[in-house]
Parts: sequence; C-alpha cells; structure tokens
Amino acid sequence: MKIELNGQQTELAAATLDQALEELGYSGAVVATAVNGDFVPRGARTETLLSDGDRLEVIAPLQGG
Amino acid sequence: MASFYGIDVENRLMLGTAQYPSPAVLAEAVRRSGAQIVTVSLRRESAQAREGQAFWQMIRDLGVRVLPNTAGCHTVKEAVTTAQMAREVFETPWIKLELIGEEDRLHPDVFALVEAARILCADSFQVFPYTTEDLIAGEKLLEAGCEVLMPWGAPIGSGLGLANPQGLRAMRGHFPGIPLVVDAGIGVPSHAAQAMELGYDAVLVNTAVAKAGDPAAMAEGMARAVEAGRLAYEADPIDARDMAAPSTPVMGRAFLA
Repeated sequence: MKIELNGQQTELAAATLDQALEELGYSGAVVATAVNGDFVPRGARTETLLSDGDRLEVIAPLQGG
Repeated sequence: MASFYGIDVENRLMLGTAQYPSPAVLAEAVRRSGAQIVTVSLRRESAQAREGQAFWQMIRDLGVRVLPNTAGCHTVKEAVTTAQMAREVFETPWIKLELIGEEDRLHPDVFALVEAARILCADSFQVFPYTTEDLIAGEKLLEAGCEVLMPWGAPIGSGLGLANPQGLRAMRGHFPGIPLVVDAGIGVPSHAAQAMELGYDAVLVNTAVAKAGDPAAMAEGMARAVEAGRLAYEADPIDARDMAAPSTPVMGRAFLA
C-alpha cells in the first residue's frame, strides 16, 4: 500500500504501526507518532492497523524556543 | 528560588535551544548561563538523518529540565496532539502551550489557548501558556487549570524588550503568588532585568542569545541581569520622582558663602 510518511508518498508492506516504524528505518529511535492527525501512543502501535492513503507523522525532538 | 508545578529552580533564566550556530555553542550557552530549564520542540524525523536523536542525546547530557513547546500550532487540535506527542517523547508533563493567531506578530490566540489549556490540564498536563498581558485571558487560563502564566514581552524574535511594561506590572499585581514568566521579545540583558524588577519569576530568552555574536557570553549576561533584577525586586526599589532629593546630608554643611 501507499501511505504518506511525513508528507512524502511512501510504499509500505507492514500492516501495523510498530512494524511500519521498523520497515521505515526508525528502529530504536525516540519518536512519537500520529496517524491521520491523531496521536498514537507508543503502547498502541502494535494494534494500530495502517490503511492505504493514511497520513503517518513520525516526529522527534528538535531545537525550540 | 522560583517554583513551577512544584519544581524549584535557583536560576530564573530559561533558555530556548533554537537558532544557535552549532550544538556546541548551545551547550556552552547553557553551561555559562547556568540555566536549569530549556525549551525544546518537535519536528518530523527522517529515518536516514535521525537529527532529532542526536539533538535529544545532547540535551540529556546537559542535565537540564526540558520544557517542550507547541510552536507553530494554529489550532487547538494541532496543539493538543503536539502536546501529547511531546509528553511521550520528552517524558515530561510540562508543555509550553503556544497557539498562534496572527502571523506577523506571532500573536497568541488567547481564545484557542484557553480551550487547549482546559483539555490538556484535564489530561494531567502541566501547562505553561504563552499568552498576552490580558488579565482576563490570564484568569481564564488559571480557571482552566494552568498554574503558571507566560505573557509576552514583545513579539517572538523581535528583541524589542518590554513593549507594555505597564500591562506587565498590572499583571504582576493582579496575580500575586502565581508564577509569571516573561517569554519572548527580550533583546538585551537590561530588558531581562526590567522584567525581573517588575517581580516576574523568570524570563525565557532564545533569539537574543542564539543570534548574538557570542551566544555564550550573551547567555551569561542575561543570567546576571535576571539575578540583578530579582535582587532589586526583593530589595524593594525606591519610587521614582521628578525633582531632585539631595543624597548627601544637608544638615551640618559648612557655611562657606
């Protein structure tokens, strides 16, 4: 299926969010996730199913004021 | 000592972490200022670059408390979702809630701010709302559950200093006992000192330090100004007057005319 990862069209084989993070190269990274604008807590990633066209945001710490 | 949601800090300067020439300069600025609280943010992470991971490790090594922000959010939904993500990533209930209503001045949207604050406080967040000096907005934020208010000094990044000192003084008077932090608009240490002389509990500075020619020196200057301003406030300054009042005793002066 095709999803939008941080605004970029991305091909994805994984079915669940935790598998998707592995596949997309985020293993071991400190990140938070949102699917279609809704926060998905770390503990809910294994049961969160992704569908074609979903918007996935993967965010991490950055400098801020 | 200042206290925010039960956390005591000796140093009343909060530092932003953005716009420094390098991570090393940022780290030096934090060290030289002695700041114990720094603001951080969240952005999209590239799986390849993993910039956020390196940044987060650097901040953790500084041993400071982090105050994540919701910078760039324009709607309640965005701000609440960002706060939820920040709590998970930074492992803190603290959130500097920014909800921008107007682009040119990055003017806080106090109506949306109150709504978002209500949602977040009900969800056990400890909210530091970036607001204006509007007293009623402040009251509504406290009703929503906020225990700190962060009025602006001037628009973010402007370096103008305190645009409305009378308004900030009124706010201090109206909210005795509530921790108040001047956030944004500080350009030079005298601005920070002025905020502290008004009785503010702390000052948050980013651009004025990060974009200075020598950020670490400016950070130290800000820290000293904050300390000086606080001492002055605690020392109960004299009232200003238009006419002179001789400081040297007049009594006993030799008659030499």
